Amino acid sequence: MENPVSLVGYKAVRFVQELGGMAAFAADITRSVLTPPFRFAAFVREIFKLGVLSLLIICVCGLAVGMVLGLQGHHTLVRFGAVRSLGAVVGLALIRELGPVLTALLVAGRAGSATTAEIGSMVTTEQLNGLRMLSIDPVSLVIKPKALAMLFVTPLLTALFIACGLYGGYLVGIGFLGGDPGSYMSSLRSAVDFHNDIECCMLKSVIFGLLLGLISTYRGYTSAPTAEGVSAATTSSVVISSVTILLTDYVITALWGI
Amino acid sequence: MAYGRRRVFDSLSCSFPRGRISVILGGSGSGKSTIVRLIGGLAQPQGGSIIVDGQEVTRISRRGLNQVRRKVGMMFQGGALLDSYSVFDNVALPLRETRRQTEREIAEAVHDILNAVGVSDADDLLPGELSGGMLRRVALARAIIRKPEVLLCDEPFSGLDPISIRRLEALLVQLNRQSAMTLVVVSHDIPSTLRMADHVLLILGEKVLEGTPAELRQSDDAEAAEFFSDGMVRLQKQGNG
Repeated sequence: MENPVSLVGYKAVRFVQELGGMAAFAADITRSVLTPPFRFAAFVREIFKLGVLSLLIICVCGLAVGMVLGLQGHHTLVRFGAVRSLGAVVGLALIRELGPVLTALLVAGRAGSATTAEIGSMVTTEQLNGLRMLSIDPVSLVIKPKALAMLFVTPLLTALFIACGLYGGYLVGIGFLGGDPGSYMSSLRSAVDFHNDIECCMLKSVIFGLLLGLISTYRGYTSAPTAEGVSAATTSSVVISSVTILLTDYVITALWGI
Repeated sequence: MAYGRRRVFDSLSCSFPRGRISVILGGSGSGKSTIVRLIGGLAQPQGGSIIVDGQEVTRISRRGLNQVRRKVGMMFQGGALLDSYSVFDNVALPLRETRRQTEREIAEAVHDILNAVGVSDADDLLPGELSGGMLRRVALARAIIRKPEVLLCDEPFSGLDPISIRRLEALLVQLNRQSAMTLVVVSHDIPSTLRMADHVLLILGEKVLEGTPAELRQSDDAEAAEFFSDGMVRLQKQGNG
């Protein structure tokens, strides 16, 4: 049986080592981003893999969340005679909170896990060592396009999620429950402020994209070179990404009121 | 040298002659592959020094290590080819990265080298679509396309049938004879070692023996004699078969 105090100490040291390793890795990616070659073709390929292939799941989930918000919002607002504000409720909930957070969680589950597993399997089959022996920096060739693509697609997918959510709310509130389309749109337009809401929503999603790119690539890059190691890295990538997104969301909201 | 708590070897001292074929022999887990990883800078020893072409590689900057690696090619046991790239793109990658040749010159060089290793019809295939022998030959093509001075081969013959072993062995010998490339081959295949090696490093636990194949076969060391006599039996069986 291991001494609990030394176990806590060991875990603490490991945690600090992980943070240090991740910071050094982030510095490596930044250096690689700022120096040629810029690998535009690889970046576009990654946008397809991480972004285009996520379109369906983002649209379906956005629509479903918007429909639930429309239904719940309608039932609640009817009680207070404020059903004309449904557009504002759905819009603000999606733009300020649910859009960026749920999109980031979906991207972590779909694209983040795929990224970690792909890099992890490259570690296992020595593909990254093969590149090193050819004097090719694996961070530049493999990691940079993936991390940048994640940073680029997360805000775009967030915007798509919100658009689908707004349509879902409209579909239920107006199409199924018979609300007034004009008041839905006008309440939405008057409640949502471009600077306070949309810009801040995009800022949040950029920060989430940055974190997702860093965590998913780092976990793959440092995975143990075994099948079990890749599986553990993929699981931890999703778990760490999800927890980090939720905590970061709280911190951003608390600090800047976004 | 140790991986975590597992010690691989202590105070190993050896050298590989320039322009010759050296084969590292030994049992499983004796640290054969670790030696080529140390030479390539893929593993860090806990102490000592490793000198490649006059350059110490254990305490060297990343840029310096990359310069040393330009002189050193490595053929990995599993090929280590990028599985999302075609054979052509895998072999072309080292040339594209140097950005000194046009795409046409690169295509010519890649086709020439794929012809030389006998996989000219595989350039559109993905590594996952190749047989074991073809995969090794493509890995060899990628490792030598920049004409390195030293070629490290980690278990190039493992898992191959005798015909594929002979073909690959002939390619390696041809490379060495034609371009005086220094070859360091990790193997546990004694028949191929006896056929191709100029110099052998035999690792037997704590004991390391060096010499030509003939010297080691006539060695007084009982373990070395046993190691080689087992291999000779296999060689005779292959000859009879």
